[in-house]
Amino acid sequence: MIMEQMGTIKKIQYDCRHATYLIEKRQQTSLTLKERVQLFIHLLGCSVCRLFQQQSRAITQALRQLFKRSAEQTHTLDEGVKREMQEKINERLKN
Amino acid sequence: MKKFFKLSTTAAGPDPAHWVAAYADYLYTYALARLDDDELCRDLVQETFLAALEKLSEFRGESSERTWLTAILRYKVIEVYRKKNSAWLTTLDGHESEPEYFEPDNGHWKDAWAPRPMSIDHADPTIRKELAAILEKCLQRLPALWQAIFSMKHMDEVKTEVICEEMKVTPSNYWVILHRAKVNLRACVEKLWS
Repeated sequence: MIMEQMGTIKKIQYDCRHATYLIEKRQQTSLTLKERVQLFIHLLGCSVCRLFQQQSRAITQALRQLFKRSAEQTHTLDEGVKREMQEKINERLKN
Repeated sequence: MKKFFKLSTTAAGPDPAHWVAAYADYLYTYALARLDDDELCRDLVQETFLAALEKLSEFRGESSERTWLTAILRYKVIEVYRKKNSAWLTTLDGHESEPEYFEPDNGHWKDAWAPRPMSIDHADPTIRKELAAILEKCLQRLPALWQAIFSMKHMDEVKTEVICEEMKVTPSNYWVILHRAKVNLRACVEKLWS
């Protein structure tokens, strides 16, 4: 029983793929108790994933700002294009 | 008095004769923020107007004309995402062209891909600017599905369940996709970060 648990803990400690998956998930939703324990154990011993977590959060924040800014940037259509658009609408309205 | 008349026409129902002048730029901007292709976006705006004409009777005046038109356009944008998504899934069949970041047997970071320190989490505005510029470059290299999910997530702040439903992915797949996208994006930032 104890050997088995040691094996599980070893697995968690090695599994950076799963840990980084949980890091991403946690940024958006809450983890289950089991997942929280797994992540806690992993991060305790893995400085690389702690670094990943820090960088990942910074990237998420920068992404949010980037998308916000690009949504606020206004673009205008060519007057000629607009005229054509309205003409097409008017045509349909006639029929 | 003028204002009063304007209000009363809106209340009476949609007025397609002024749509282009009033909403074309707004809709074009909306599309262009989500799809980086001006020709496609122009077409989508036109299609939105024409689709709206077909549905004029469905307009109930519960939302503004602009909101109504935007909802139609939003659906068209998602259709584009979906098409790109299925093309991506059939051509790449998973992530074959992508590097494997973790050891397949135990999930440990592969040495070459293990994150290294970089000072991106800084309040310094010049560093933020630099990071934004790099991110923009890196985003363009991501598969269409990832771009779509990121933009829905961060621009529209859509709930996860809604994204899954609209993009036709299961929630567990969604987390896997998002995880891969982030690992990929982080690696790209590190590569371009000086």
